[in-house]
Amino acid sequence: MNKLSLTTFTLLQTVTSVGLSALAWAVTGVRPIWNGSLPSDKQRIYFANHTSHGDFILLSACLNEKERAITHAVAAGEYWGKSRLRRFIAEDMLSSVLINRQWTKPEENPIEIMLSVLDQGHSLILFPEGTRNMTDEPLLPFRSGLYNLSMARPQVELIPCWIENMSRVLPKGQFLPVPLLCRVVFGAPVAVAPGEERRAFLDRAHATLLALNPRPERDD
Amino acid sequence: MRHDISILIIGLLAVLTTASIVAAILSARAPKPLSSTLVNLTQRINAWWVMVALMTVAFFFGRYGLTILFALISFASLREFVTLTHTSRSDHWVLLGMFGIIIPFQYWLVWTAWYGLFVIFIPVYCFLLMPAITALHGDTERFLERIAAQQWAVMISVYCVSHVPALLTLDVPGFEGRNLLLIAFLIIVVQGSDVLQYIFGKLFGKHRFSPTVSPSKTWEGLIGGVVSASLLGALLSFVTPFTPLQAACVAFVVCSMGFLGGLVASAIKRDQGVKDWGHLIEGHGGMMDRTDSLVFAAPIFFHIVRYFWTV
Repeated sequence: MNKLSLTTFTLLQTVTSVGLSALAWAVTGVRPIWNGSLPSDKQRIYFANHTSHGDFILLSACLNEKERAITHAVAAGEYWGKSRLRRFIAEDMLSSVLINRQWTKPEENPIEIMLSVLDQGHSLILFPEGTRNMTDEPLLPFRSGLYNLSMARPQVELIPCWIENMSRVLPKGQFLPVPLLCRVVFGAPVAVAPGEERRAFLDRAHATLLALNPRPERDD
Repeated sequence: MRHDISILIIGLLAVLTTASIVAAILSARAPKPLSSTLVNLTQRINAWWVMVALMTVAFFFGRYGLTILFALISFASLREFVTLTHTSRSDHWVLLGMFGIIIPFQYWLVWTAWYGLFVIFIPVYCFLLMPAITALHGDTERFLERIAAQQWAVMISVYCVSHVPALLTLDVPGFEGRNLLLIAFLIIVVQGSDVLQYIFGKLFGKHRFSPTVSPSKTWEGLIGGVVSASLLGALLSFVTPFTPLQAACVAFVVCSMGFLGGLVASAIKRDQGVKDWGHLIEGHGGMMDRTDSLVFAAPIFFHIVRYFWTV
């Protein structure tokens, strides 16, 4: 990419991210609650519950400009890579990282793709449930990615983030958001304990995230 | 009218400046770290500066400014209300309609001064059609609770709030072109009563008014606040079509309504297990924490003026 188009590229991403954050605020009045961690430009993996396409917009609206510039959401390649327009929105406008859940070729290995982003010093937003949760369960069981990434790059902080109310603002299959107040609760970092098994760690991370929900009985 | 508005603004600035100075002196003398009450007092006063500034700007733009401002207040209040209540996925279109159709249409009716439809659009048409749409979606789980919450939400946040700018549509003989002052009177008296109840409550409050609903409301605060706000109303009678005695009586009625509004809002918050409606206004809570008294006072004030003072 030459210099000019690189400038246009980052300009597009900046405009998109500022615009979406402003929109997120206008619709949901989104507010971060730092409950165990603090804003920081340390390298992090933010992991959150996933109910809506708006989730990562809300989460990144809670980060400051500097953190936002180096933080990428991990999104499903099967969905966002389907057409050129979707790929343009996901990769060029939102600077997300696309991974395929049903991968075959070695260069499609999701863990390798995410590690390569981490190795550039960037942060990730990860939805460990692996899909949008449409069930009555508040949180689906976690997939292994979080564990694998943490084992491979133990210096990266894992921050649990509970996104409140987004399933009500933009339910699956709906296009127009209902304005409701949302908060994002950022909890204390979670790390794999020495000798901790994969499933034990994932269940513990799952419980930590679930415990951040400020109004458990209301999340319906 | 410019003259009257200037006097009101100068008066408000004097009160706010005094409040800020008093808070600064109290904070300087108090032991550190400051108590949460003092921190909250300073936050509240600072938020008042912002709110008075916004209201002044809206008044400067007259009918446009006030109609838009109160439509936005309805939006913020409705958002807080709906967030607190139980909604189901099948309510999506009704909820969208509340924000996207009911608010703009109600304020358009205010703008065009179509009184006949303004008073019945929400309590007749919306109250019948919203549950009908919900029923058509076929989801009957907690049906009555959902439709009741939706109706009360638009009633409080849209219908009641819209009566404030609707004051501009009234024809009071001998008061032509001065209706903005009715809004100024209502807001100053009702919000003044809230502030005075807070002050009297903090200084003299001993006997809880209703311990099961609100721990902060006391008889001393209620009586001191409403009586002094009624006197404030009498003092402000020069900007209204009322005599001083009439102004005091009207102020007494609207402040009492305002108190009941705050009580009902407290009961809803307690039922839903929250302390504040939201976090829009630093130190105060959400928009509804500030407007709960106004929403009960505005329709009553509107109809008192309409019945006794218009032709």
